[in-house]
Amino acid sequence: MEAPKEKLKLAFYWGASCGGCEISLLEIGAKLLKVVEIADLVFCPCLVDTKYKDVEAMPDGYINVSFYNGAVRSSENEHIAKLLRQKSQVLVAYGSCATDGGVPALSNLYTLKETKHRAYHESESTVNPDGVEPVPESSVNGYDLHLPTLYNTVRKLSDVVKVDFKIPGCGTAPDTTWNAIEQLVTGNLPEPGGVLGAGRKAVCEECPYERRETRITGFHRPHTYVPPEKDQCLLEQGIVCMGPATRSGCGAMCLQAKLPCRGCYGPLPGIEDQGAKVIAAIGSLVASEDEEEIKNVVDQIVDPAGTFYRFSMANSYMVRRKLDE
Amino acid sequence: MAEGTTVQSTQSADPKPEGRFEPRIIGFLCWWCAYTGADLAGTSRIKYSPNVSVIRVMCSGRVDSSFVLKALRGGADGVLIAGCHPGDCHYINGNMKTAARFPLLRNMLRQFNVEDERVRLEWVSASEGDKFARIVDEMTEDIRKLGPLNWEANVGGK
Repeated sequence: MEAPKEKLKLAFYWGASCGGCEISLLEIGAKLLKVVEIADLVFCPCLVDTKYKDVEAMPDGYINVSFYNGAVRSSENEHIAKLLRQKSQVLVAYGSCATDGGVPALSNLYTLKETKHRAYHESESTVNPDGVEPVPESSVNGYDLHLPTLYNTVRKLSDVVKVDFKIPGCGTAPDTTWNAIEQLVTGNLPEPGGVLGAGRKAVCEECPYERRETRITGFHRPHTYVPPEKDQCLLEQGIVCMGPATRSGCGAMCLQAKLPCRGCYGPLPGIEDQGAKVIAAIGSLVASEDEEEIKNVVDQIVDPAGTFYRFSMANSYMVRRKLDE
Repeated sequence: MAEGTTVQSTQSADPKPEGRFEPRIIGFLCWWCAYTGADLAGTSRIKYSPNVSVIRVMCSGRVDSSFVLKALRGGADGVLIAGCHPGDCHYINGNMKTAARFPLLRNMLRQFNVEDERVRLEWVSASEGDKFARIVDEMTEDIRKLGPLNWEANVGGK
């Protein structure tokens, strides 16, 4: 890479995320020095001390590329997404949460009330004898305090603002991150809204296991079962693997470690609903031709919605559970 | 549906009450059995609810779960999948693939709080026009009791 005359200005923001995306950026290792050679970090709450008002003071389009990781679940997330869109020439959704909703979007299987109840009253690590819950407006010692409001539905970044490119992964594999940076710097870009750095085929293409056309007779959870065949497809051995419906580019890392694909790179090109495609793949593999027996086999899959949409709930047709009201 | 199925409704004994909710059901019917069965219901002048919009597919095995989800998201109140009886598939076992996908899809839809009555899988042979009419009537009544699904508003709700 040749250094441009003027340094690029980058921003890196976290919405509803775990912080793993920042770590995944560090995973590119010594290559990070090359990035620092050509770019400055002008806004990144995780690494540098910059405030929202610094971003607000920037002229429109001042930032060259903004990487937004994390889903949009609060008014604060939405505000910064819109602010960064305004101040950046290119906005990139970085990581599963920003591209497809990720793990935070699994709370779309619950109502906001249930999520809050779990977090502030029920969870094992909570000590809250007074039953306090955060409220958007409060007054403490004469000071008015404002907190962002949580939304009922967790959304992906492109539901809120126009997204130029997406980089999938939870966390994004170092190769994918580096490919994406190279693509951005050299201008070898996909169609608008397209995916940077990852492959265009299924994870199965990179998977070390072999398909033997065996049909499934029962399902097992990966932590309770060691598949007897060392080099056979895990799905055929009854472990739910998202590989057939998931975009490649990670080098099948999980499968190299003898674990099934969990689907973090999101749906394959041309697929709009990752979970439905996995249902199709699994349905074709069940061994029985008897309806009752088939039902008993597929009932062994615990939490199908959470398994099939582990990372793509906000990028599916259903998006959330039906609210009773 | 095909030209033979235009049921005369001029002498309808049960006119539509004012303001009654009319469910919109999408029906994926396999060409060889269920669609022909629906055609028979029409040519036999069997009277049944006009609430199902039929989409003909070559085989019930062609009905990807994403079709069902997309229909529900796009405004359908219910989805009917109908194909050949087990063992009768013209493509050997296409209907059994759907039979395997369906319970999994149903388990998943329960997690999304979608009632079982809204999505049905039925086996209808080419000679079972009366069965097809009965299924559509049943389904329409069941969904009418449940009310509209209106998924887009559900997703948009903050």
